[in-house]
Amino acid sequence: MASTFARRWRQAGPLPGFGLTLGVTLTWLSLIVLIPLMALLVKAAGLGAHGWWAIASDARVLAALKLSFGSALIAAMIDALIGTLIAWVLVRYRFPGRTLFDALIDLPFALPTAVAGIALTAIYAGNGWLGHSLESAGIKIAYAPAGIVVALLFVGLPFAVRTLQPVLESLHHEHEEAAASLGADRFTTLYKVVLPQILPAMLTGFSLAFARGVGEYGSVIFIAGNLPYVSEIAPLLIVIRLEEFDYHGATVIATLMLGASFLILFLVNTLQRRLARGQPT
Amino acid sequence: MANPPERSRGLTEPAWLRRALIGAALGLIALVILLPLAAVLIEASAAGWHAYASAILEPDTLAAIRLTLLVALLCVPSNIVFGIAAAWAITKFRFPGKNLLITLIDLPFSVSPVVAGLVFVLLFGTQGWFGDWLRAHDFKLIFATPGIVLATFFVTFPFVARELIPLMQQQGADQEEAAASLGAGGWRIFWRVTFPNVRWALLYGVLLCNARAMGEFGAVSVVSGHIRGLTTTLPLQVEILYNEFNAAGAFAVASLLTLLALLTLGLKLWLERRHGESLARGARSH
Repeated sequence: MASTFARRWRQAGPLPGFGLTLGVTLTWLSLIVLIPLMALLVKAAGLGAHGWWAIASDARVLAALKLSFGSALIAAMIDALIGTLIAWVLVRYRFPGRTLFDALIDLPFALPTAVAGIALTAIYAGNGWLGHSLESAGIKIAYAPAGIVVALLFVGLPFAVRTLQPVLESLHHEHEEAAASLGADRFTTLYKVVLPQILPAMLTGFSLAFARGVGEYGSVIFIAGNLPYVSEIAPLLIVIRLEEFDYHGATVIATLMLGASFLILFLVNTLQRRLARGQPT
Repeated sequence: MANPPERSRGLTEPAWLRRALIGAALGLIALVILLPLAAVLIEASAAGWHAYASAILEPDTLAAIRLTLLVALLCVPSNIVFGIAAAWAITKFRFPGKNLLITLIDLPFSVSPVVAGLVFVLLFGTQGWFGDWLRAHDFKLIFATPGIVLATFFVTFPFVARELIPLMQQQGADQEEAAASLGAGGWRIFWRVTFPNVRWALLYGVLLCNARAMGEFGAVSVVSGHIRGLTTTLPLQVEILYNEFNAAGAFAVASLLTLLALLTLGLKLWLERRHGESLARGARSH
């Protein structure tokens, strides 16, 4: 065992610093990320299957989870669609201000979520910029589940656009030319030649936006209204349980969300492997 | 800035469709992204310059600025050290379990910020594993600055490493191995050979890491306890003011964070355009 390890150590490479850098990496990773996450799992395991299920099957918890996953799903689907349109326009067309618009796509990454939350509320509240006309038309966005989707749309959009852009840039014109020379009209070419090549990237962007949306907190809580059973997202319920000193309740919801994140991470990795394989060479 | 010439029918969309698609895309960007940006800046200036200045110069806000800077000052350098160490180990050597390690480094990106805060409460809170020990030693971690730093560290963990790893993978280890064969030591190799090759990517990672460190809300909110003037960072100060129906104050503080975000985007754009070839391919997709 020890000799195998030592051999691998020597075989690692001719450069110095392997032990030091790997040691720093593993120590840091364990202290900051792995041990804290383990603490959560151990705490949840301590409840036993029965106690865990009793909390997880609570109606308010289920409603919050359903809302978080449901609104993240809707927002991610819209993001994938409008993100494809935006990425296509930014990559394929030339127009004044393109660089600026392209740079602005990253704003949701850079803008703190609390700032996005109060800004969206100012826009969509009943007395807000757009909310005023929307509510007189009978559409309520802020302080309703629709507001959650609007907030998640904002935070998820860059994932959809940025995943797609490099793929669109690397598409080979030859494929489209071949299709056109064989008599395909533009729509058929886009549908039969371009779409299959960008579909894995669209799905990856969708998954990333979805994963972000499920766990999102800051931008949502200001606009959601936070009514239990109606507009209360799962991360908020964790915070509420913590404020009630109900650590078990918070832990169970957190493990459910963590399980979902791992599942999505696995899905994204699988998709990206497929993406790397399916990319035109 | 003309459109590419139409090579033949069926190779590009008709001009009217192109214009319609451009219009739709820009309209969506304006609605989803520009409108919230404009809302912050206009709401912040609505109450006038005097109200703006007094909201920013309020002692609690100044304390929040100081705490936010302190948190970033602790998190960013630690992430630089970690990111360089992780990238060096992963890209310059062969060892089993490397892909698992890369996945684990990226893990914090797929964990909800609230869960990130919760795990530290479970470890160090009054009911936590180390709660009794901390109380016995009179060391407050949760609802205090160290907890805020830890939670921020968790959520910013992958930023520097994930910029350096793909770039250093592309660059390989040939130059470093040549330097080693000429007798250069580890530090010398890093500073003379590796660092000049990765400095712009490092800056890129630092930029994104700093923006997140200063702007993190969910994770910090869970561990902070919202003690005014003591454990409120700038994003939390925005929340406190907003919940006190002081919208003008909240937007004034929010505009500071917005300016930081715009500065970050501006520097990022400059890096991509000026030094794009020294960043990892696809560095702009996060």
